[in-house]
Amino acid sequence: MARLARMTTLQIVLGTVCLVAAVWLVVLIVLDRLPGDLLYGVLALIEIGLVGQLVLGLVQVAGDHGDLNVAAYVGYLVGSLLVLPVAFLWSVGERTRSGTGVLLAGVLAVAFLFVRLQQLWSSR
Amino acid sequence: MSDRPLSTRHGLGRVLVFVYGLFAVAATARAVVQLATDASLAPVAYTLSLFSGLVYIVATWALATDRRRVAIVTILVELTGVLVIGTLSHPDDLDQASVWSDYGNGYGYVPLVLPLVGLWWLWRLGRQDGNAVS
Repeated sequence: MARLARMTTLQIVLGTVCLVAAVWLVVLIVLDRLPGDLLYGVLALIEIGLVGQLVLGLVQVAGDHGDLNVAAYVGYLVGSLLVLPVAFLWSVGERTRSGTGVLLAGVLAVAFLFVRLQQLWSSR
Repeated sequence: MSDRPLSTRHGLGRVLVFVYGLFAVAATARAVVQLATDASLAPVAYTLSLFSGLVYIVATWALATDRRRVAIVTILVELTGVLVIGTLSHPDDLDQASVWSDYGNGYGYVPLVLPLVGLWWLWRLGRQDGNAVS
C-alpha cells in the first residue's frame, strides 16, 4: 500500500510539473521566445523523476501485481523515458516556436502517460 | 529530403512529425504486445492494430522527408481507418483493440484530429507552393 501511494505521489508531482512546463511553453510560443536553461532544467528534472518512476514501477511488477498487463505497464514505463530526449533533439533542429511546440507535445505526452499508467495499475 | 522553406518537416510540420512519431511507436508497440501476449484472443482486431501502427510509421517518414503524395495517401488511409474503426467499435469490447477504437477516445481523440490537421497542413503547403510558382 505504501509503495502504491509513493508511485501515485510521484506521478501527481511530476504530472503537475509537466502541466506547469506546458503552460510555460505555451507562453513562450505566444511571445515567440525560445526556452532558456531554466526550462531545460525543469525538463531534465522531469526526466530524472521518470527514472524514479521506472524503478518504483519495476518494484511494483516484481511484487504482488494481480492481473496487471505487465508487458504494457513496463512498455509505458520505459517508453516514457524516451519522449523528452527525442523531443529535445527534434526541437533543437529548428530553433523557432515550432521547435518549442515539439517540447510542448512532449510534456503533454508524458503527462498523458501518467494517466495511462494509473489506469493500467488500478484496473488490474 | 530537400530543406526548402516550404517543406513538410518545418514549422507546424515539425510538431506533426513528432506527434506522428509518438503514435507510430505507441500503436506499433501496442500491437506487438497484443500479438505477443494473446494473439488468439482477437487476431483480426490485433492485426488491424498493427496496421494502424504501420500507417503511422509511413506517415511519419513521409512527412519527415517531404514526400507529399505518400503523406496525403497515408493520411487519407489513417482518416478512413479512424472513422471506420471508430464507427464499428464498441466502447466495451473493442476498446483495447487499437488506437482508432471509439474514434481514438483512449488517446484524447488525437487520432481523429491528427489526420485532419495533417491534411490541412499539406493543403496549405500545396497552396503556398502554387503561389510561389505563379
